[in-house]
Formats: sequence, structure tokens, C-alpha cells
Amino acid sequence: MDKLKLALYWAGSCGGCDVAVLDINDNILKLADIADILFWPIALDFKYTDVEGMDDNYIDVCLFNGAIITSENERIARLLRAKSKILIAFGSCSCFGGIPALANFSNSADIMNYSYIAAPSNDNPTGTLPQVLTKVDEGILELPALYDTVRTLAQVVPVEYFLPGCPPPVSLIIDLVDKLAKNELPAIGSTLTPEKTVCDECPLKKENKCISKIFRPHELIPEPERCLLEQGIICCGPATRSGCGAACIKAGMPCRGCFGPPEGITDQGAKLVSSIASIYDAENEDEITRMVNEIVDPAGTFYRFAMADSILRRKRFQEKTHE
Amino acid sequence: MSFEPKIVGFLCNWCSYGAADLAGTSRTKYSSNIRIIRVMCSGRIDPTFILKAFEKGADGVLICGCHIGDCHYMEGNIKAARRIPLLKKMLLQLGIEDERLRLKWCSAAEGKLFASIVDDMTEQIRKLGPFNYTGGVKDG
Ligand code: SF4
Ligand code: SF4
Ligand code: SF4
Ligand code: FES
Repeated sequence: MDKLKLALYWAGSCGGCDVAVLDINDNILKLADIADILFWPIALDFKYTDVEGMDDNYIDVCLFNGAIITSENERIARLLRAKSKILIAFGSCSCFGGIPALANFSNSADIMNYSYIAAPSNDNPTGTLPQVLTKVDEGILELPALYDTVRTLAQVVPVEYFLPGCPPPVSLIIDLVDKLAKNELPAIGSTLTPEKTVCDECPLKKENKCISKIFRPHELIPEPERCLLEQGIICCGPATRSGCGAACIKAGMPCRGCFGPPEGITDQGAKLVSSIASIYDAENEDEITRMVNEIVDPAGTFYRFAMADSILRRKRFQEKTHE
Repeated sequence: MSFEPKIVGFLCNWCSYGAADLAGTSRTKYSSNIRIIRVMCSGRIDPTFILKAFEKGADGVLICGCHIGDCHYMEGNIKAARRIPLLKKMLLQLGIEDERLRLKWCSAAEGKLFASIVDDMTEQIRKLGPFNYTGGVKDG
């Protein structure tokens, strides 16, 4: 069999997903056995022009990590889409927007202003901001434009498979390499994880789902063997896709939802509102109000990884936002 | 052209839908801005339905159920009473004003009350202006 032609790319990403690929250790040799890597900006010296020079569908599989934040991310997403037979959204940023999509609570002008002017660590008395086009003696310089709304890869181009996780765990990457080697990928459109929820994989004991007070993780030392949510610690397990083996819970932390919504759930945040409020042991308005107040940042907590993939996708544009 | 708010109303089958029916049969005049969807119980309203309504063009969403203690399924309306405030808090962070989502109780005898809730909500949303769901895209 000819070797698989593989490309890897990072768009609006932290680099963790690329490191996760290296973390498969000696399996990387297996990857090198079955695949020729044609493009991988973090590790190998190829240029965009090399990809532009390829025929359409020349690449067999492209692992695309990162969200679509800038015009450059979008341009390369379209380029790699055209050049690849199979495009895989790799990691939660690419699948659901991930942490970068928390920018959807703001907009590009406010983000630029904070990052370059308002943030206390800045020393920018002239208020200089990066410009998309800058005229210099030698000509015009161009930088990618920052979008108001962070998008998922699939909101920009068609995608064949999704491998969530922040980053995807080594076991699922090895599984993917195996499937590629054996040419055993599932139906197009599949997410390459189990379909259940983190709760289904969680080893903690579930006894009686009913809570009368919400604690932040630092406010309580939980009983080690009992479901964290039942003890009042917000855990996103009930509305998060399995595949990590409940990794955070095994390390003593609640699930933050990084695998995104499970099969059949369209909006992870809405589902979490429903699952968490439904187990409130609050009978009257005062108790309900108190418990609602105890969740300091519901939108940031319930949409931590899936804001771009949610029904509303972002904070509503209001005229006020742009003052 | 003046703005006519579109309000989606999820009404429980046992009390609130009866209230809307009564408002109709007794020819109570009220704003025609509401599109009613009958559900079995206010406890059946998943927050996802509400977001979908906004996505599909609603400017406001009204949820009506039986008074506390009167729910046909005992606790359905209590579940709604727990979920909606948390959802409202989350929607506020997403730039959706409190007035766009309302939870009210109406018995089957309260046709007039139902009519006044709809009138009142219509006027408040008229002041707020359209929801303008953009699918997140404005620039790209
Ligand atoms: S999914 Fe997580 S690890 Fe991967 S790029 Fe995004 S933030 Fe980084
Ligand atoms: S809510 Fe969290 S701690 Fe409880 S069973 Fe689910 S994953 Fe485990
Ligand atoms: S437990 Fe939750 S946050 Fe942690 S890795 Fe699994 S899905 Fe992600
Ligand atoms: S049946 Fe009316 S609220 Fe449950």
C-alpha cells in the first residue's frame, strides 16, 4: 500500500493539540511507517505555497486543530479542505470553538483595545493598535484580520470527522492512527469517541442527585468516592461526551466539559442548565434565587468549550457593544 | 414600518392552554403577537427549545404553566421554576434582556390574566426592539 499522505495544521490554537500528537511516543514511529507528513507547521519546514502547489485532494488526511479566529485561519481551512480527501477537526477548539471561543462574549474591537491598550501590563501611550494594512516605504504590509466571532472548522468548511478533547487524549489518537492504518474509519460525520457521557465513565458513586448548596472547588474538600455534583460542586459530566475515561475526576477535579456535547445534544450549555437546575433541592423563590446566585458565571462555566458550537454561537450583537 | 414583536408561547396543556382558550372563547382582546405551542407541562420545556425559538426568529419567549401546587404532573412547574432563573442569568451574560423570557402561572380560569400577560410582554419587547439573531456572523 502507498503511504498515507498526511497534513497537520494549527489555526486559532494553543499548540497543545500538536504536542498531543507528539505525546503518542513510540507510536509516532508507527505513524511515520504508514504516513508521509506533507505539512506540519509546528514541526516541519513547509510553506503555504507548498500546499497551494498541490493538486486538489492530494492529501489523504488532514488533522486540523484550532478554531477559526482570523482571516488567515479561514483561508488555510479552505485551502486544506480543497487539498484533502479527509479533513478531521482535531481537538475541542476545532470541533466546538474551545477556549478561544470565549472571545464570543466580546468582539474584536474590545479585545484589541484590552490586549494592546487597557490591560495593566501594557505600555502603549500612543494607543497603537495592530492594523490589517500598514503602509511603509517598501509597500503595504498585511496582517490577518481578527474576526468578531470565533467559529468552528465545520462552520467554515465541510468536515469528515471530529476528534474532540482539549487536547484529544493519547489513547484516542492512537486509535485514530490504527483506524487509518487499517482503513477502518467509521461513517462520514462521526465523532471518533464513545457516544455516552462522562458520567457513564465516571467511577464515583451516584447516590441521590439532589443539591441544596453550590460550592466552588476551593470551598469544599469533597468526599473522595462520591459524585462531585451530588456534593454541590459543578461538574459538567452529565452533558459532556465520554472518551477521556473521566480523566479530570480521577485527578480530583470536576469535569469542565472539554469533550463537548454528547451525541444527540445540540447545545451543551442549555443541557447543563437543565441537568443542574433540575436537581436543585429548592422549593421556594428565595432558595432558588440563592442557588442561582451561587453559580457565579453560568455562561462561562457551561459553554467553556462549546460556545461557538452553541445555538446562539456568541453574545448577541447589541448596539451598545460597539460604543 | 413599525416593529411587531414575535413571541413564542409554550403553554402547558392542563392550565395555561385552557387560559388561552378561555381568552379566545370569551373574545378577550389581546395582542396577536404570540404564537402558541401547546406542551404537556411547563416542566417539559428544555432550555434548548427556548434557544431554538430565538434562533428561528422569536423576539421573546413566554412559558406558562399551572400555579405551583396545581401541576398535573405534581412537580413539573417546580422544575421549570428552577431552570428558568438559571437560564435567564446565563442569557443575560449573552446579551439577552431579562424581559425577553418570561415564566408565568395561569390557571384555566384566568383568561383575562393570560391576555394581560401577553399584552404586557408585547409592549415591553416592542420597546426593546428586535432580537436580530445573526447566527454569530456579522463580519465574516
Ligand atoms: S483543543 Fe485544547 S489543546 Fe487543542 S489547541 Fe485547543 S486549547 Fe489547545
Ligand atoms: S456529575 Fe461528575 S462526578 Fe458526578 S458522576 Fe457525573 S462525571 Fe462523575
Ligand atoms: S473529565 Fe471533562 S474536562 Fe476532563 S478531560 Fe474529560 S471531558 Fe475533558
Ligand atoms: S401540567 Fe401545567 S405546569 Fe405541569
